[in-house]
Amino acid sequence: MRRSALTTALTFTLPLGTFLGLLLFPFYWMLVTAVRPNKELYNLSLNQLWTLHPTWQHFQKLLFATHFAPWLGNTMVIAVGATTVALSCSVLAAYAVQRLRFRGSGVLGVAIFLSYLVPPVILFIPLARIINELGLWDRPAALILTYPTFLIPFATWLLMGYFRSIPAELEDCARVDGATRIQVLRHITLPLALPGILSALIFSFTLSWNEYLYALVFLSSTGAKTIPVGLATELITGDVFQWGPLMAGALLGSVPVALIYSFFVEHYVAGLTGALKE
Amino acid sequence: MAGIEATVPARARRPADLIGRILENPHALGVLMVTPAVLILAIFLAYPFGLGVWLGFTNATIGQAGHFVGLGNFRYLLGDSVFRLAVLNTILYAASAVVCKLLLGMLLALLVNREFRGKRIVRAIMLLPWIVPTSLSALVFYWIYDPTFSVITWALRRIGLAHGFINYLGDPNLARASLIAANIWRGIPFFAIGLLAGLQTVSTTLYEAAEIDGAGPWQKFWFVTWPLLLPLTVVVTVFSTIMTVGDFQLIWIITRGGPANATHLFGTLAYQRAIQGGFIGEGAAISAFVLPVLVGAVLVSFHYLRRE
Repeated sequence: MRRSALTTALTFTLPLGTFLGLLLFPFYWMLVTAVRPNKELYNLSLNQLWTLHPTWQHFQKLLFATHFAPWLGNTMVIAVGATTVALSCSVLAAYAVQRLRFRGSGVLGVAIFLSYLVPPVILFIPLARIINELGLWDRPAALILTYPTFLIPFATWLLMGYFRSIPAELEDCARVDGATRIQVLRHITLPLALPGILSALIFSFTLSWNEYLYALVFLSSTGAKTIPVGLATELITGDVFQWGPLMAGALLGSVPVALIYSFFVEHYVAGLTGALKE
Repeated sequence: MAGIEATVPARARRPADLIGRILENPHALGVLMVTPAVLILAIFLAYPFGLGVWLGFTNATIGQAGHFVGLGNFRYLLGDSVFRLAVLNTILYAASAVVCKLLLGMLLALLVNREFRGKRIVRAIMLLPWIVPTSLSALVFYWIYDPTFSVITWALRRIGLAHGFINYLGDPNLARASLIAANIWRGIPFFAIGLLAGLQTVSTTLYEAAEIDGAGPWQKFWFVTWPLLLPLTVVVTVFSTIMTVGDFQLIWIITRGGPANATHLFGTLAYQRAIQGGFIGEGAAISAFVLPVLVGAVLVSFHYLRRE
């Protein structure tokens, strides 16, 4: 059955083009604003969709006149720290629940799935008190320890699916040859589960990088903040909006995750859909 | 296979010492391996979960433990017009955003499920709104909704559809619509990619069979795709509903619950009362209203998990 070019255009090209245009426009707008000098930015008689004289001035202001650089460092430290904690815990837990089948492992698997569903809005108020009592207020450790509460359930669930897909016979063979359980995990299961671990890793990193609520509540001094919180709280001062530096910051803050994403699209999609289908 | 065997010492000793024996016992090793994860989840998830419910029944403030006040907070909240509006906002926000995300996400999934040139790149870039930090895209929306320099207003004026300025975030209903639009924008890719994964598992022979029976595109979707996709659709929708009801950052960055407290959801109102206002007990009680949604979602997902 041959479709006419017009039908294809109306039922496929046009709707898909509209979707992509709307989904990508905010990024375009971010970019165009970030490089537009103030003279053009606040002059409505000019064409708003284009920047005539691109400038780096907003980036310079962002990098040298705000706390963006420390925020970038904080965000990186927290994302790497939380991902490390969460992944170490998740790999061990997922393997134990999926392969060792110890007493109570079934219940634990369900409990981990349930904790995956608890949204941070339910937890942030009591957590603020706990963080305070532990003396972690305003410190990266507050987030490195709390981010795993949403990373571990997700990563464990994802890794359990990967471990399940590795044939148990491979492990049995090694056991017969005299390998200990730890050796089996180190030399056989983990290398085979590497794609899954990579998915869990980049997902955890992105989720930590993007987190807003806990970072807003648990960090208070300007220099301790992360990019998502710092930009929104420190660059919107009263009625003076610094849209240029704000959009430059939004752009720079998005670049790391967008870069990681572009390198690992397949792992990303596999991670997302794998977690949904399990 | 050869590579794997080579990495395992051929004659590894079965350790005889106590630690070795524990590491060989699946029960002991299992408990040992889950301990770090369980500890973190117990201290920073289960405990605060319980503490939060308890705080909802107390008059705790910042710096004061407070004491049990029974249903006092809940009774107060039910008579509080700002809270009641937040309940209505949450229902409106979640219902309209989730329905739109499902419809548009399904449409996008169906579009990119076809074979076309550039399929891979399109599938990759359509996920971007979901990948980048929501707080940063919220800033872009804040800028797009600027009362004076909004690009939407500029475009509408340019083509003659508007003459004055539009105060997107100054009018309650317009502000709600603006927030819902931003939420939909962010959520479409999640639905699309989730549903696309389901679409790819539908066997083409089913469509061919339906075609032989004379089914048109709409009938093929309704009688083949939709029933097969239903379980996954339910999972994605349940998950998205929890996240939408529990949304915080989009609202907080774009309107802070304003104008005049007209766009609060549970999360933003709880933050305002507990963290900014210091009324921990009241804020915890507001957060607790997310629980019924959560329980409902858990029941639905269990129902579907059991059927599979």
